[in-house]
Amino acid sequence: MNEALLRSLTPSVLTVLVRRGADFAAAEDAVQDALVEALRVWPADPPRDAKGWLVTVAWRKFLDANRSDTARRRREDLVEEEPAPGPAPAVDDTLQLYFLCAHPSLTPSSAVALTLRAVGGLTTRQIARAYLVPEATMAQRISRAKRTVSGVRFDRPGDVATVLRVLYLVFNEGYSGDVDLAAEAIRLTRQLAAAIDHPEVAGLLALMLLHHARRAARTAPDGSLVPLAEQDRSRWDTKSIAEGVEILQAALARDRLGEFQAQAAIAALHADAPTAEETDWVQIVEWYDELARLTDSPVVRLNRAVAVGEADGPRAGLAALAALDASLPRHAAVAAYLHERDGDLATAARLYAEAAHKAPNLAERDHLTRQAARLNARRCR
Amino acid sequence: MAKYLLLKHYRGAPAAVNDVPMDQWTPEEISAHIQYMNDFAARLEKTGEFVDGQALAPEGAWVRYDGEGRPPVTDGPFAETKDLIAGWMVIDVDSHERAVELAGELSAAPGAGGKPIHEWLELRPFLTATPGIAECH
Repeated sequence: MNEALLRSLTPSVLTVLVRRGADFAAAEDAVQDALVEALRVWPADPPRDAKGWLVTVAWRKFLDANRSDTARRRREDLVEEEPAPGPAPAVDDTLQLYFLCAHPSLTPSSAVALTLRAVGGLTTRQIARAYLVPEATMAQRISRAKRTVSGVRFDRPGDVATVLRVLYLVFNEGYSGDVDLAAEAIRLTRQLAAAIDHPEVAGLLALMLLHHARRAARTAPDGSLVPLAEQDRSRWDTKSIAEGVEILQAALARDRLGEFQAQAAIAALHADAPTAEETDWVQIVEWYDELARLTDSPVVRLNRAVAVGEADGPRAGLAALAALDASLPRHAAVAAYLHERDGDLATAARLYAEAAHKAPNLAERDHLTRQAARLNARRCR
Repeated sequence: MAKYLLLKHYRGAPAAVNDVPMDQWTPEEISAHIQYMNDFAARLEKTGEFVDGQALAPEGAWVRYDGEGRPPVTDGPFAETKDLIAGWMVIDVDSHERAVELAGELSAAPGAGGKPIHEWLELRPFLTATPGIAECH
């Protein structure tokens, strides 16, 4: 059984139930129950019409769950109103689901969990494992999120930017547990791009594809981080790069630049370089200037300092860095790199060690510690 | 979304405001304290922020490798250990501010006289496993 196909049907099945009058929270529970049943039953007995099967089972689950008197009265009304099985629901419904699950009243972690379940069709257990929390905690997080959005009108247009932030968060989580969240984020963004014509949705999809293309080359067999300049570029996924570049070019041609398109443009320039030495750093600096104009993010200005260091030499990079607050995350790591390029190995080693101490994740800490050790060993020889 | 460890110390933390040893509380005060801790964990599970909570026995031993083919060396317990962990709670929250807020609430657990202990809890962020896009170009 193709689990991805099953999950791709989730949003349309859910919106059928909602259009029949089920409230979102109950409909979502019923769809989840139907998905679990499909996973159990389909391998031995696959249905001819997968979506029809899911709608029937989910609707029955919904009715079963509403057995109180009031619910029964309401259900009788609903059954009478039940529309004849018709064509697939309008694309708009799927879009509404994205808006609802990324509603601004939700915290980021709640929006992520709800999106993965209601739009992505993942089970609570899978989501819990992916985020390394107990299943009971994730179940509560999801039902709380559903309560939070219970008063939100389903037909109200939402903000694409909030949806993109949620998908970006999912993508950044990468791979843990038995779910590949990066691949799932790409699938959900692709589905969103099919539902709405928006250059930033395309920009985010392109960014994800371009970044994902480098995944195999990004870590060594022992799990350690391989910096971009040292990656084996023959291991980059050219198909994913080609698709990302094509989507990006179509988006940029519309002349409505946004931060995801600009980030994707930088990723595309890296992807285009056959070797690290051939990277077009001058253009990358220009894109960082655009990004800084769009986001005013300190992370962008730090990355820009690295790019300036490559384009105009380490002294220029250090000058760009000097304008930034030294307490910024990864400031020491960038300074260490630029000092090494400038030939000041003692300062670089000290800064790498300092950066390792402040690193927010294990892979970076180990990488920075190795950098410091490498320079110290060379200096002591 | 970030995980934090709330560490509760038997010893080694700065002195609490309401610093009376637990064996000098009334039994009701002890019950009230335990109830508070259980309620706190239950509430965090409801908000979808609870990951784990465990208590540790105060006495343990030091263990180290002692060379090929030899059993590990054990030593202790040392009554004079400066720092002693009593237990922990792991939470998964949206921000550092939220982690501080929850640690503050946990520190308000009632002690002697039914008044909050105001004990110092150590708050430590987890290192995550992998860097995201923004960090690696």
